[in-house]
Amino acid sequence: MKFAVVVFPGSNCDRDMYHAVKEVLQAEADLVWYESNLEKYDGILIPGGFSYGDYLRSGAVASTSNVMKQIKEHAAQGKPVLGICNGFQILTEAGLLPGALMRNEKLSFMCHQEELVVENEITPFTSGYDKGEVVRFPIAHGEGNYFCDEETLADLKANNQIVFTYKNNPNGSVENIAGIINKEGNVLGMMPHPERAVEKLLGSDDGLRLFQSMVQNWRDTYAKNA
Amino acid sequence: MLKTHDISPEQIEQDKLYREMGLSDQEFDMIKDIMKRLPNFTETGIFSVMWSEHCSYKTSKPLLRKFPTKAPHVLQGPGEGAGIIDIGDNQAVVFKVESHNHPSAVEPYQGAATGVGGIIRDVFSMGARPIASMNSLRFGNLNTDRTKYLFSEVVGGIAGYGNCVGVPTVGGEVQFDDSYEDNPLVNAMCVGLINHDEIQKGIAAGIGNTILYAGPPTGRDGIHGATFASDDLGEDAAKDRPAVQVGDPFMEKLLIEACLEVIHSDALVGMQDMGAAGLTSSASEMASKAGTGMEMNLDLVPQREQNMTAYEMMLSESQERMLLCVKRGREQEIIDIFEKYGLKAVPVGEVIEEKVFRIKHHGEVVADIPVDSLADDAPVFHMPSQEAAYFKEFQQMENSIPQVGNHKEMLRTLLQQPTIASKEWVYDQYDSMVQTNTVVTPGSDSAVVRIKGKDKALAITTDCNSRYIYLDPETGGKISVAEAARNIVCSGARPLGLTDGLNFGNPTNPEVFWQMEKSVEGMSEACEALGTPVISGNVSLYNQSKGKSIFPTPVVGMVGLHESLEHITPSHFQTSGDAVYVIGEAEAEFGGSELQNVVHGKYEGKAPKIDLNIEAARQKQLLDAIQSGLVESAHDLAEGGLAVALAESVFTDSGLGANVKLTGEATVELFSETQSRFLVTVKEENKASFENKIADAKQIGVVTNDGTLEVSVNGTAVIHDDVKQLENLWRGAIPCLLKSKA
Repeated sequence: MKFAVVVFPGSNCDRDMYHAVKEVLQAEADLVWYESNLEKYDGILIPGGFSYGDYLRSGAVASTSNVMKQIKEHAAQGKPVLGICNGFQILTEAGLLPGALMRNEKLSFMCHQEELVVENEITPFTSGYDKGEVVRFPIAHGEGNYFCDEETLADLKANNQIVFTYKNNPNGSVENIAGIINKEGNVLGMMPHPERAVEKLLGSDDGLRLFQSMVQNWRDTYAKNA
Repeated sequence: MLKTHDISPEQIEQDKLYREMGLSDQEFDMIKDIMKRLPNFTETGIFSVMWSEHCSYKTSKPLLRKFPTKAPHVLQGPGEGAGIIDIGDNQAVVFKVESHNHPSAVEPYQGAATGVGGIIRDVFSMGARPIASMNSLRFGNLNTDRTKYLFSEVVGGIAGYGNCVGVPTVGGEVQFDDSYEDNPLVNAMCVGLINHDEIQKGIAAGIGNTILYAGPPTGRDGIHGATFASDDLGEDAAKDRPAVQVGDPFMEKLLIEACLEVIHSDALVGMQDMGAAGLTSSASEMASKAGTGMEMNLDLVPQREQNMTAYEMMLSESQERMLLCVKRGREQEIIDIFEKYGLKAVPVGEVIEEKVFRIKHHGEVVADIPVDSLADDAPVFHMPSQEAAYFKEFQQMENSIPQVGNHKEMLRTLLQQPTIASKEWVYDQYDSMVQTNTVVTPGSDSAVVRIKGKDKALAITTDCNSRYIYLDPETGGKISVAEAARNIVCSGARPLGLTDGLNFGNPTNPEVFWQMEKSVEGMSEACEALGTPVISGNVSLYNQSKGKSIFPTPVVGMVGLHESLEHITPSHFQTSGDAVYVIGEAEAEFGGSELQNVVHGKYEGKAPKIDLNIEAARQKQLLDAIQSGLVESAHDLAEGGLAVALAESVFTDSGLGANVKLTGEATVELFSETQSRFLVTVKEENKASFENKIADAKQIGVVTNDGTLEVSVNGTAVIHDDVKQLENLWRGAIPCLLKSKA
């Protein structure tokens, strides 16, 4: 499985994501400048940061860039797309995921480890976790307050699209939502940073299984199709 | 501020207009001698910023020469954008601290933000990737709306810029004292990592080579920022708001990536950031360092506003701009790299043989100055120095023990003093983890950042207890270096060197100059004793307002090396049953202590004494014990003494407590701020080996798992408190102060 870590101007967790999948997980991965072709990649990772300085709205400018067309096609083919932090904001702005991310309830940026509950373990991103399992991932965001209208929320629940929730909601998100998946189950967006939680030395390696799950599921699908 | 550039040279002299730009009569005479004619308006402006204290260090230079700056591992000492220290494996660490005090006093968010941006540029302009930011902040006590505003906005500015640019803010320090009420201090430090063969210099060498301007266009912001920083902060300082620059961290992020790509091109000769005094300082210094001259055409400089004058363009401090010297004929290769990141790089001049700094605008030569005169011929002043009147009085005071009725209550009170209280409210706003190297996050003695792919890490700390330095500048100067080294050693690293951020009042006051002189002497002596050379630094003077000077605050930013990841040592207690040791005996030393402030509401008397031989020996022994795997946790004793250190050590998630038995005078044992002391925990089975290594270590108790802090003195229980309650007081103090009505 070959990962593309999409680098927008202003992405700043790109190298961390690359380190996590390439050096720690030892999967194939490239840092891919946003003007490049994504055709040869099996999984798209949209890293955190401040794409285009978060000017206008977080993720808004990146969501209209040309590469998003490719990412949408990639998603339409059922291939996995993972957006973390600013990547999640970009995915909601691009309409690949419902809802929006508003400023944190307390209005300030926050960065620390948070406990998350795995709500849906039957996704290609979370099959390595148990349902209800509590994991520790860092958060680092100023605009991670997930919001959606009641109809959307009902949909999310009905389709089991809420993948991660916060144990102690730090930012005011609706229903403690930390990460959601699309209906088709191949586009995951989340505010916490699994790529920052892949080595015990840095406080937690709970995030490693997320990337391992992606690789495992890709292999399973590939083997089935081969 | 002067408005027009149509003023004649004669008028500048006659009406002494140069004074408005911060030049003295004597300096203006020197300029006339150098030029052998009267300087025009633009030239006078160029001299005024280059000869400002901020750029020329004209009053501090004689003092800075006292710092030890050389050691075999120092690859680059003071003089370039930042200093560089070898850490083996062809790698080196690059670091520097810089102040942004006056801008932060009038426009705290942008002042602090651009302080962060400026120091990061200093580091990547050397070719290094910035891997960590630190800061050292000083404010008045949090009891006025103004101070709360300054504090919140400065923290917001550091967060806003640092988080976006993707350099983790891994730690720092914040202290509060009335002397900083109108003149807060904002010192930002950046640490970078570089391979030896990638080190860049800010030089414009090779006659005929091209000078490229890279980054956003020049505007009218920050004009005379360097001069503004070199004067007292007036009561009408708000009118100087236009002298404060506006930062764009997104632009800086692009600039970092572009510059770090550019260094791999052999078309690059040198580069320097446009910091204080913008285009003027970067261009003239690059030529001066290379022994060349430079000719620049301002018509080619990208401009954000219309009808800018040469004076405005040369003095603008618009942010996120770089100046590069590139081999002639190969400009396009470099321009293309900037283009990839959406940045403009344009040729604006060339390196010339004649050692002059020649500026053209609208087809006319608007400045023609011998280039070395700007950087090298700035006057050096040997200011009169006079022992401060208060010092004699303080030295004659006997060491007395402040009256404490209830030690348990006093510990609670001390833990809520803003200088001691948890700074979580501050550092939670910083992205301390981006780049995924931060092993020890903010809130410990030192931050620790691992080096990917190697079995090593860097420890970083900023320190300065200005209360001691106020009481006794020489002793306090020694302590600030020693305390920084203590923090590095506690984390398990060997101190490598330091950068100094010297913040003082008005140096024309002989008593202030005496504070500078003595504290630099004290720091230098400690640097020698502890083997930590000064590799870079910054001087910020005139930090006073309403005629009142700040406490002398020479901030020490120190970096140390963990020779193995195994050596990284936490500052918190780890496991129930571990033995608790204290290294060094307490004495009745309360001058400048937190307890003195709480009980007497002022700082007076003698600063705690320090014996640098004892300090060096204990640091060496402790580091040896850590490297031998004998130490579970180590924490230095600082503000609030042993009792506060004990409390901080049990503030963990794991429900630990401590049972400690002391003998002696209770107030002294608990709260004295005697120097060169450490709190260390050791596994039962390692006690004998540990005691063998550390002569002055004494076991005082054990780590428990009952969530209670219990301390007895001479067999009488003096503190018996619930750790969670203490922790809540300590954690809640700053948020509570910020919320309460002034």
